[in-house]
Amino acid sequence: MSEQLNVPTMAELMAAGKTPDILFWVGSAGSYDDRAKKITKAFVKILNKAGVNFGVLGTEESATGDLAKRAGNEFLFQMQAMMNIEVLNMYEVKRIVTCDPHAFNCLKNEYPGLGGTYEVMHHTQFIKQLIDSNKLDIKESDYKGKQITFHDPCYLGRANSEYNAPREVLGSLNANLVEMKRHKATALCCGAGGGQMFKEPEKGDKDINELRTEDALKTNPDIIATACPYCMTMMSDGVKVKEKEAQIKVMDIAELIASSQNL
Amino acid sequence: MNYLPNIIFAIALIVGLGYFAKNVKKLVRNIKLGQDVDVSDNKSQRWKNMANIALGQSKLVKRPVSGFLHVVVYVGFIIINIEVLEIIIDGLFGTHRIFSSVLPEAVYGFLIGTFEVLALLVLVAVIIFWIRRNIIKLARFWKPEMKGWPKSDGNIILYFEMVLMTLFLVMNATDLHFQDMNSGNIISQYIAPLFSGMAEGTVHFIERAAWWLHILGILTFLNYLYFSKHLHILLAFPNTFYGRVNNKGELNNLASVTKEVKMMMDPDADPFAAAPEGAEDEVPEKFGASDVQDLSWVQLLNAYTCTECGRCTSECPANLTGKKLSPRKIMMDTRDRLEEVGKNIDANNGEFKEDGKQLLGDYITNEEIWACTSCNACVEACPVSIDPLSIIIEMRRYLVMEKSDAPTELNNMMTNIENNGAPWPYNQQDRLNWKNE
Ligand code: SF4
Ligand code: SF4
Repeated sequence: MSEQLNVPTMAELMAAGKTPDILFWVGSAGSYDDRAKKITKAFVKILNKAGVNFGVLGTEESATGDLAKRAGNEFLFQMQAMMNIEVLNMYEVKRIVTCDPHAFNCLKNEYPGLGGTYEVMHHTQFIKQLIDSNKLDIKESDYKGKQITFHDPCYLGRANSEYNAPREVLGSLNANLVEMKRHKATALCCGAGGGQMFKEPEKGDKDINELRTEDALKTNPDIIATACPYCMTMMSDGVKVKEKEAQIKVMDIAELIASSQNL
Repeated sequence: MNYLPNIIFAIALIVGLGYFAKNVKKLVRNIKLGQDVDVSDNKSQRWKNMANIALGQSKLVKRPVSGFLHVVVYVGFIIINIEVLEIIIDGLFGTHRIFSSVLPEAVYGFLIGTFEVLALLVLVAVIIFWIRRNIIKLARFWKPEMKGWPKSDGNIILYFEMVLMTLFLVMNATDLHFQDMNSGNIISQYIAPLFSGMAEGTVHFIERAAWWLHILGILTFLNYLYFSKHLHILLAFPNTFYGRVNNKGELNNLASVTKEVKMMMDPDADPFAAAPEGAEDEVPEKFGASDVQDLSWVQLLNAYTCTECGRCTSECPANLTGKKLSPRKIMMDTRDRLEEVGKNIDANNGEFKEDGKQLLGDYITNEEIWACTSCNACVEACPVSIDPLSIIIEMRRYLVMEKSDAPTELNNMMTNIENNGAPWPYNQQDRLNWKNE
């Protein structure tokens, strides 16, 4: 069904003697996770629609190493980082955009110390720029009057103090934005960070994503908006646990924008 | 003339300050047990942080009720030090209310009047604090780590302040000379009638007693600090200065690892080459932290600064969902272990003698370490720029790189990254498959 997705790889571009303006860092989740792949595609549709000159690394991309780092494996992290930096520097990459706040944080803050300095953006920041510069024109959208609540990803919000871009992008949908009680700097983690996504949680009273979903449900949303592939998994699972998947959708901001444009 | 009171006062002062100085020295020594870190960067941001966070209490007021009450106590504490200065001069030189004869009466009255109002406000604030802790039982003060000493410590401080403030007001109320001035006795004039029926000698005795108890109380309080969470009134300043200045998401890149990784990745490196000059006597690097000496001195300063307020824990997603992890406990454990190591050094002529214990395992369990989502909520919430997450990460590093002791699922995840460049067992060649699906 992926009709006309235009996704040039850096290798192809280089062979054609071209350098793109930005590199889209797809990330492991965005490449392999079935739900996250939809976010990836939605974002590519936006890039295509706005005529952005971008490239991906494709099979030359490897995990950022962020997960290994937070799990304590500094060796593995630095190996991954140095391999990736070699590739990125070979292509003379200057600007990177990614849909994964963990990759965003790692590339932006932790790669420079190892020789990889780039201008790194989160996709919500990038989409905001596209809207601000009229490359993306969001008129009437299906989301008008819909109740949307936004879950701040820790690694975009608290870790890098970006609270506005996702909200401004959502604002362009003319939807009814409602904040959860814990939001922005005090937002509750979805429970996936620090490697938790890949293991069973320690013993407790409940899972973190359930508690976060309860936060969201209190706002009576039609849609829970996320901006991170891991948050997506956690919030979707939470909504399932609460048996609300018939009424409430969990959607990434890129998906909301793409679908509002009928992309 | 009778110099006895002056002499006793001088001795009390010397003993009080001397013991305090001794403990401060110990404190500095213990903090220096930590690894060196470079904190010479971002000078202007650091000064700003100290001014805003410690002096301006900007993070405290994010919780308006406790924030406001804390500001009252804090301002009261700072201002009342001027009063203490007068007490010290009076005590040493046998004068009485020396400032009243130096300053114009109206100025003196204004000053003391301000102190009296603050003393009353502090009294009220402290009583509300006490009620929150003991009657309303705010959840964050009733976590498992807040049993025993931490709990009584919190209350002892409150009692201390109640008594000190009361003594100050009684001292003023029974000071006939001061009451006669009728300037600045804004609050104490209402207490004075309580003593009006008494003989002048008795009132004078009460005044003297309150004066002595007040200053001795202050000296005791000063020395109590070292043993208490109240150390934060001093350490909040250096701690906010040396605290985190970069993005919260940024974890340091271990330089020792960089060295080895570069060597591994360098195709020209000769693995059998002789170690470079001087490398033989280099202590083999330990990755991560299992005990306090492995942490940085800033992390140890963090531990001494912790006020045990529990704001971190009350925001921690792991703790909120009933897991064992409590970032406050991480800080308290670190301080307890550091104190233990310090005592060990004192008992063994300045040398640490192996005691078969360490921070990780004996104080902090693996279960706590692995429950963290690295969400930074604790770092954000802390009113004095403490970073519990950095300690958790150092311990994970130790567990993974020194002990290969990570939960199995995480090991699988890491093996996948190593083999496939992704946390899942998928082939790197399939990375772009989404494009055509
Ligand atoms: S970073 Fe870890 S310890 Fe701190 S609040 Fe988040 S889960 Fe709790
Ligand atoms: S680490 Fe900070 S927030 Fe947590 S208890 Fe200590 S002072 Fe309070």
